[in-house]
Amino acid sequence: MSTTNETTTERPAPPAEPEFQREGVGRRIVGFFSGGIPQIVLLLVALFWLIPGVGLLVASLRPESANNTGWWTAFAHPDQFTTHNYTQLLKNNTMISAFTNTVIITVSTTILVVVIGSMAGYAFAWMEFPGRDWIFLIVVGLLAVPLQVALIPIAKFYNLVGLFHTLPAVILFHLGFGLPFAVFLLRNFFAGIPRDLLEAARMDGATEVRIFIRVILPLGLPAIASLGIFQFLWTWNDLLVGLTFGGSSARPLTVAIKEQFAAFGNNIDVISSASFLSMIVPLVVFFSFQRYFVQGVLAGSVK
Amino acid sequence: MTEGSTTEPGAGSVATAGGAASLEPPSEVQDKRLGGWGLASLFLLPALLALVLFVVYPTIYTLVRSLFSDDGKSFVGIGNYTTMFSRDATLTAIKNNVIWVVAAPTLVTALGLIFAVLTERIRWATAFKFVVFMPMAIGFLASGVIFRFVYQIDPHQGVANAVLVGIHDTFISPSEYSGALPRPNAGVVTQGGAFVLSRPVSAGQQASLPVVGLPPTKIPKAAKPAQAPVSARADAISGVVWLDFTPGGGGKPGVVDPQEKGLPNMRVEAVSGGKVVAKAKADDQGRFTLTGLKSGGTYQVRLAASNFKAPYGGVDWLGPKIVTPSIIVAFLWMWAGFAMVLIGAGLAAIPRDALEAARVDGATEWQVFRRVTVPLLSPILVVVLVTLVINVLKIFDLVYVIAPGDVQDDANVLATELQRTAFAAEPQLGLGSALAMFLLILVVPAMVFNLRRFRREQR
Repeated sequence: MSTTNETTTERPAPPAEPEFQREGVGRRIVGFFSGGIPQIVLLLVALFWLIPGVGLLVASLRPESANNTGWWTAFAHPDQFTTHNYTQLLKNNTMISAFTNTVIITVSTTILVVVIGSMAGYAFAWMEFPGRDWIFLIVVGLLAVPLQVALIPIAKFYNLVGLFHTLPAVILFHLGFGLPFAVFLLRNFFAGIPRDLLEAARMDGATEVRIFIRVILPLGLPAIASLGIFQFLWTWNDLLVGLTFGGSSARPLTVAIKEQFAAFGNNIDVISSASFLSMIVPLVVFFSFQRYFVQGVLAGSVK
Repeated sequence: MTEGSTTEPGAGSVATAGGAASLEPPSEVQDKRLGGWGLASLFLLPALLALVLFVVYPTIYTLVRSLFSDDGKSFVGIGNYTTMFSRDATLTAIKNNVIWVVAAPTLVTALGLIFAVLTERIRWATAFKFVVFMPMAIGFLASGVIFRFVYQIDPHQGVANAVLVGIHDTFISPSEYSGALPRPNAGVVTQGGAFVLSRPVSAGQQASLPVVGLPPTKIPKAAKPAQAPVSARADAISGVVWLDFTPGGGGKPGVVDPQEKGLPNMRVEAVSGGKVVAKAKADDQGRFTLTGLKSGGTYQVRLAASNFKAPYGGVDWLGPKIVTPSIIVAFLWMWAGFAMVLIGAGLAAIPRDALEAARVDGATEWQVFRRVTVPLLSPILVVVLVTLVINVLKIFDLVYVIAPGDVQDDANVLATELQRTAFAAEPQLGLGSALAMFLLILVVPAMVFNLRRFRREQR
């Protein structure tokens, strides 16, 4: 995850100071923290970060009958562990179709955002047309628009054209609100591609489409990957858009899980296992493409 | 964190990478090849179409809609906005949003700064960053579910209360006999939590205090069969406190039967004129002796309320009072990694020379941090703060998922309120539109900040 620290940990220790030097509060705090204390503090922090997630995982591996006791008691009865909740989940049609919906919504949205965003990013970076810089500024402005602003009119629009409670309704909405970030990120990255490469291709008589496919896309791959992963996670984890436009026929997994909350307490087995199912894919994506994910975060901190 | 971030200072690093090149005057070659909208429109059309249809047009529509009544038939001007600022639900939402915006971004940024600085001092920084950053990947719903479990009020289910109760009981031992009751119709009544013998007892006499309602698991292991008290001196009251219940049945109420057990360590008090004048603890047979009394005086004998106090049950995390702070903790859990990564990238980009120079000049570590590191980081701290403010203003999922149904009113924020008005069974579209516009207005300063930063980077 990190190469940054290698440079910093090797720096020389601060010079020794005269013993009688006046010690400020801050100085003492730093002194306190420079020994083994950071280790202990960060260890506790890491525990605080891990325990809640571990709790959910353990809860999902326990039988329903054990739900009135804390998940931590499970370690005293290892024989309790069971995959029963997961086998039941695979038979749960609501959850399985919601999972399928999530996959369709997420994959389609990601592909659309990446393709359309790359095209626009290229145009903004390397093509000349009237008002280019102004239009791009508007796109930057749109980055911060809360999607709540569009919920009411788009619901009305979907009703009008018969798209309400369909998968395309959810996908198209995600596309609209994914594009400002996509165009912003890709335009800036594409603009950094050396001009010589494009000029050379143009001298060779390559068309714009050919330059886009043969020069821009390969060279822009790191940014495209960042965007793709970001968009994937964002769409996969969405609740609000799916809730508003998905209805019962196109509801994603997040909405299906939330609906289980109506009976919270009696269905911990369903909620915990389904939640874990919804976490696995983002976690795998995160583990595999961490580098690009972090780059996306670094580049897109305005969203 | 990555190759990219080691060389470039954090947020906007990709943005800065090549931004400058593109706004230069176009070269001659380009002028010949490209001009007008012809080819560009081909590349732009899908994106612009989607942006106009899903973002620009709806924003304008919502603005106009917010000036009309809920049924859309009559123009009401700013009527919806005045309604918005006079409804309790919306005012609660605004109040909570203020709490969110003030607390969450600053706390997340502070945590991120602390983590970023501290991880420079440990060897397992990579693992730590990984753990803290992970919640960002799993999203709001899963995080919400996780914290809904953490905050379950029963300490046998929710880990937060389990930890609290564990710590509490380590320092203050829990009352042993909570749940016990006085034997009915045996002359013992409850008074302010204490069990009081209704008949006054004179010094030199005996007192019998039968108790019922304790499950076998709560009887202390040390308990032995109860024994009738020995006779007391003239300045003392002796007595017995026991579980007046014979397993399997058969015992007589109010009488110490052979199989009935004494209740060790039960705290007994003698009260005179409203004051406790003597205290004693029962032994394993349930016997006690209150000494140092005036011979001939009469006293009230009682079992102290502290014997029966309900056990500490932890905190009602998702109760109406602290539900918002509880949800903010879940937000910190999700977003501290984000701040840490951005600030960490900024830290890595700080020139080591500046820090070394300060140290050579005799600055302490704290002074270096306070006077050199933080000022050099301030641009990135601002970016983190602004990003989080935008995020927090729109907060929906965490509140919607974590707050239980009956506490939604108290945890309400603008985004959930919008959902509750505009997408209810009887939708209030005018009011909903006004709420959406209000959200938009709130993010405008952040939007302006983005635009200015972007334009600055272009130069």
